[in-house]
Amino acid sequence: MSEVILKEGKPAPAGAPPATRPPSRWAVKLQEIKANKHSYVLLAPYMLLFGLFTVLPVAMSLLISFTYFNMLEFPRFIGWQNYSRLFLEDDIFLIAIKNTLLFAAITGPLSYIACFVFAWIINDMRPKVRAFMTLVFYAPSISGNVYFIWQMIFSGDRYGIANGFLIRWGFILEPVQWLKTEIYILAIIILVQLWLSLGTGFLAFIAGLQTVDKTLYEAGAVDGIKNRWQELWYITLPSMKPQLMFGAVIQLTTSFAVADVSIYLAGFPSVNYAAETIVTHLMDFGTIRFEMGFASAIATVLFALMVGTNLIVQRLLRKVGE
Amino acid sequence: MVNLALRLRKKRMNRSFMGNLAMFLFLGVVGAFMALPLVYAINAAFKPLDEIFLFPPTLFVRNPTLTNFVDLMTLLGQSWVPFSRYIFNTVFITGMGVVGHVLLASAAAYPLAKHQFPGKTLLFTTVVLALMFAPQVTAIPNYMIMSWIGFVDSYWAVIVPAFAFPLGLYLMKQFMEQIPDALIEAAKIDGASEYRIFWQVIMPNVKPAWMTLIILLFQLLWGTDGNGFIYSEELKTLHFATNQIIQGGIARAGVGAAVALILMSVPITLFVFSQSRIIETMATSGMKE
Repeated sequence: MSEVILKEGKPAPAGAPPATRPPSRWAVKLQEIKANKHSYVLLAPYMLLFGLFTVLPVAMSLLISFTYFNMLEFPRFIGWQNYSRLFLEDDIFLIAIKNTLLFAAITGPLSYIACFVFAWIINDMRPKVRAFMTLVFYAPSISGNVYFIWQMIFSGDRYGIANGFLIRWGFILEPVQWLKTEIYILAIIILVQLWLSLGTGFLAFIAGLQTVDKTLYEAGAVDGIKNRWQELWYITLPSMKPQLMFGAVIQLTTSFAVADVSIYLAGFPSVNYAAETIVTHLMDFGTIRFEMGFASAIATVLFALMVGTNLIVQRLLRKVGE
Repeated sequence: MVNLALRLRKKRMNRSFMGNLAMFLFLGVVGAFMALPLVYAINAAFKPLDEIFLFPPTLFVRNPTLTNFVDLMTLLGQSWVPFSRYIFNTVFITGMGVVGHVLLASAAAYPLAKHQFPGKTLLFTTVVLALMFAPQVTAIPNYMIMSWIGFVDSYWAVIVPAFAFPLGLYLMKQFMEQIPDALIEAAKIDGASEYRIFWQVIMPNVKPAWMTLIILLFQLLWGTDGNGFIYSEELKTLHFATNQIIQGGIARAGVGAAVALILMSVPITLFVFSQSRIIETMATSGMKE
């Protein structure tokens, strides 16, 4: 990438206009690019791959979403048809979008608040205890896809932990098919998502709390801050606003992308599509039915939903402590 | 003056007792919720068959045994591809991905953090925007791109995209910004080239961030099942192989727990040893306006 730019940059200084006239805007730019050759060389390998595997796919997805494409024939332009079919004819997609928004609306804010609250409580502890508690909370998200443990917990027979204890304590008389009953599936997926959600955002908050300037608290006490709630709102939160914004991005993005847990626990497709999400719907059309145009329309909707929500939340968080 | 400071410190410590109690109770309950599934899995891995299928179920093991691990070895000994191959595949993918990502992301982070050049804001904004959507969005075009460049059914389909993982670049760039400019200036005066500055001045100073990138990528790649790109049995990952064992259902409950224990022990151990360095990196993770 940088090579091309640099080659273009070469002729400019040679054919530079006489000193009387100031160099044009483009000539200045090219000179700047040439002077920063090393920057582009260092950036090139990463940006090439980033462009190839992240930027290009987003653009392709957008283009393909306006076509009929089955991977065999050349894509055929069909305008907005995929989108109108998605919102007007596909009732499973409506279930998927409802579930995804439900997951996002519950696990997004809850996990975000949980990340902060636990980081905040842990922060007051002695370093050894703090390190241990960090591990306890962070362990599920780092364990690498071991959510199949929950399959044992919610297994549908008497030997499953949930059934076993509930029968023993007399709440239920016979085993419940947790993962096959529509009303329980959603709740269980939310529970497992929350269990997995104290990840990068949580670590960012722990770190952010440790960097808050301690003298601010003393100054605050002089200025009449009475209790820890006031301390939190007037000193701690504003001081770690950058981390709060970073954590929000991480938590929100994961909360919209529920799929693996749903497929693993509820099956694919789940009972009466009770656990269908936008991502599982996308996989259905993309990897099973090979309706790539339609699947790309789903991907584009998901992209817009994720980025849109993130940008709105960023704008809101800027107001913290103002 | 000293007196005032002491009094202030006292005031900060003097928080309401009930408030403390309520917070620690809360912490205990949620801590138990987080820890119990893992504790259960660890215990189940050492349970003999009659204890796994005990009614009422127990959380802790009474007569620990290694039967499940022996069964796991037997099962895997019978598989068509030797088990060591699955381990090699996962270790290879994780190792290559981690090393490549740390090198490429650091190289790209240095100019973004310390230099001014045309296009800098655009590039960094694109990376931040990439944090705002999940990789599932690009799954379909990614498959087409992989098949164009011939990566389908090879390790590289998992490894190479991991090199360009946006979160790693973001964290590395934020961490590099706090390296004092004076350090770079001094190296420049000594006649070091930009590449040499990057390799000999910047890289040794961002070791905490390396650890963070390593653990994030490790998390991403250690549990990978090949993302749908790998079909050949001899190229499949550990996670894929062990998943098939667990699919065996109820008869494999004990072995499944043993697998869970093996899978999770590696990243957790890694985190225990690198926690303080990761926290140090995360301190600079904030998003500036």
